[in-house]
Amino acid sequence: MVPKIMKQGRLAPWLYLAPALFIMLVFVIYPAFNTIVLSFMDRTGSQSAATACTAGQPCWGVLENYRYALTNPLMLNALRNNALWLVLMVPGTVAVGLLFALLADRVRYESLAKSIVFMPMAISFIGAGVIWRFVYYIQTSGGPQIGLLNAILVKLGAQPVAFLSGSRINNFALMVVGVWLWAGFCMTILSAAVKGLPGEVLEAARVDGASEWHVFWRVMFPMILPTVIVVTTTMVINVLKIFDIVFVMTGGNFGTEVIANRMFQLIVTDTGKSMAIAVLLILLTIPVLIFNIRRFRAEEAMR
Amino acid sequence: MNPLAKLNQSLRRLPLHLAVILMCLLWVIPTLGLFISSFRTRQAVRETGWWNAFSRAAVPGQAEYDTYCASCHGGDGTQIANANLADPNIGDQFTRSINLLVELKKPINNAPHLVDPQLPANATQAQAILSPILNYMHALAGKKETKGQLTLNNYVDALVGYKGTADYLSDCDNKVASTLAVFKCNTSDLLSEAGMGRAFINTVIVAIPSTLIPIFFAALAAYAFAWLDFKGRQWLFAVLVGLQIIPLQMVLVPIARLYVNIGLQSSFLGIWLFHTGFGLPYAIYLMRNFIGSLPREIFESVYLDGASHWTAFRRLALPLAMPAIASLGIFQFLWIWNDFLVAKVFLSTKPVLTVQITNLIDPLGGNWNILTGAAFLSFIIPMIVFFSFQRYFTRGMLSGSVKG
Repeated sequence: MVPKIMKQGRLAPWLYLAPALFIMLVFVIYPAFNTIVLSFMDRTGSQSAATACTAGQPCWGVLENYRYALTNPLMLNALRNNALWLVLMVPGTVAVGLLFALLADRVRYESLAKSIVFMPMAISFIGAGVIWRFVYYIQTSGGPQIGLLNAILVKLGAQPVAFLSGSRINNFALMVVGVWLWAGFCMTILSAAVKGLPGEVLEAARVDGASEWHVFWRVMFPMILPTVIVVTTTMVINVLKIFDIVFVMTGGNFGTEVIANRMFQLIVTDTGKSMAIAVLLILLTIPVLIFNIRRFRAEEAMR
Repeated sequence: MNPLAKLNQSLRRLPLHLAVILMCLLWVIPTLGLFISSFRTRQAVRETGWWNAFSRAAVPGQAEYDTYCASCHGGDGTQIANANLADPNIGDQFTRSINLLVELKKPINNAPHLVDPQLPANATQAQAILSPILNYMHALAGKKETKGQLTLNNYVDALVGYKGTADYLSDCDNKVASTLAVFKCNTSDLLSEAGMGRAFINTVIVAIPSTLIPIFFAALAAYAFAWLDFKGRQWLFAVLVGLQIIPLQMVLVPIARLYVNIGLQSSFLGIWLFHTGFGLPYAIYLMRNFIGSLPREIFESVYLDGASHWTAFRRLALPLAMPAIASLGIFQFLWIWNDFLVAKVFLSTKPVLTVQITNLIDPLGGNWNILTGAAFLSFIIPMIVFFSFQRYFTRGMLSGSVKG
């Protein structure tokens, strides 16, 4: 509660709030609602989306843009890829981050090692994309391979691989970049949780003869589980919105399309569809956010 | 502990160290490869992997030279004085391998020039061998950059946005017409539209106000939420905090359309306002928590002394909130510095660093050398911030990356 002595005129608080409120109203609240309205409009945002329907073709009327977002082959590919990222890249990143947090915890050069893994978070995704395009580069016109991975493959006597345009492998190649970027983020949060564990409990388990493997799974992991969940849900939201990496490395070609890139590609050419995809994106993130907020409340209540 | 037990213990820890070091290497090598490449010549980047950068043997043509010429002219080309191959004047005679072939066919002292081994009789095959030899002769004469050499040309080329086939500085020296058509070959080129120099300045112009404005407005609002009393305080704060969940993609297009109507498209003011709006919900949340947790007694005492709210805000809340402002400022600054999507949509005619890098990408991989320089120019500021403010940076990044 505000102390009595600080009571002020009725207007004063609103003078402090006015700049922030005005800007948020214009730049966050209004556009968010406008985006929903535009998602029911045609490609220029001037009339109803239903006008884009042609007789004899399937049509969802005013929801026509959502028909695109949910049934178009490119969008289906994008949804499938985002799901693949969720299933593989999120657990992969959390696992790598946790593994590194546990390993680095036991060496003396911990802070240096952690800085190295965290550093990719400081640079742009576009720059990281350039770094990894160079690693994955394939020389097709003869001459030695200058990309590190293909040079190693050739040295081992294998054929060079088109990591970014080969449709079997390119999604995984992009996910590796994602893990490289975000593992440091997961590591830092998880490392704080690991350091916060009470030493006596772990010591007691070890004295009782539990192997390190058991100590981890039976004692440590249950205790850091809340933090693991925070990191995982944050990564889920990041991955649903994944854009820059795909844009700079493949442009969404060769079967690597993702939702946010489809939304970006349609911004100029077809506003309605683009906005329907944006709405779809926030609908997908809302369940995760609600889960996060509930858990956050539960934790507050426990304190 | 006896020495043997000590050794035994270190050996048992060996796999741990190997695992940590291996992982660090995996994280460093991709960046290191690009970094080393950024100092290599254009030709070197195109023809050999960056791991060859420090090996002398990488000069092309040395193998052929050793086979056909070294027995008479020596490894450094200076034996038999009347044909000193390391002499630049000799090198200038042979601009093409066909010239060299003609010279080699002339007998010397009535004996054939090449005795053993013989060049293939087929002229095409012979030239395929002579071309690398010629290259090596030029290297000996110091005419051509050898592969072991390091250069800053990639950074110069990236700064000016050079797109030709040699490099900017040598093109300017040689007065190459296609380059002179685009560049003036003086310092004004550093600001050319397509270059990273201009993009760097654009990024600074975008990032600094877009960091300061939201922090100032957020501090004002946070002060009101923390120390002023008004109706609907809790409720309004909850709504503002809730706005953090709105992703960028939800707000881009309506603002872009609005800007077209009021003439703010591709203007710095437009992008400052956008970053301010999008950054505010999280900034208010963080600042409110910090300013609200300052001890109430100090605020009470300044009020008793008759200070106004404005004085309390300026003299007390702002200075005391500096740790929070630092974390928030670093996070917001780097977020904007590294942003691509917002700049691409709102500042299409004034490219920032990230946008300019994507403009420089050649899908066929023909200009790796320029991209390497461009990428590291964009990394300089984030790296400095990262290594000098790592504590604040980590804190800001961790609490901030949860936002939409």
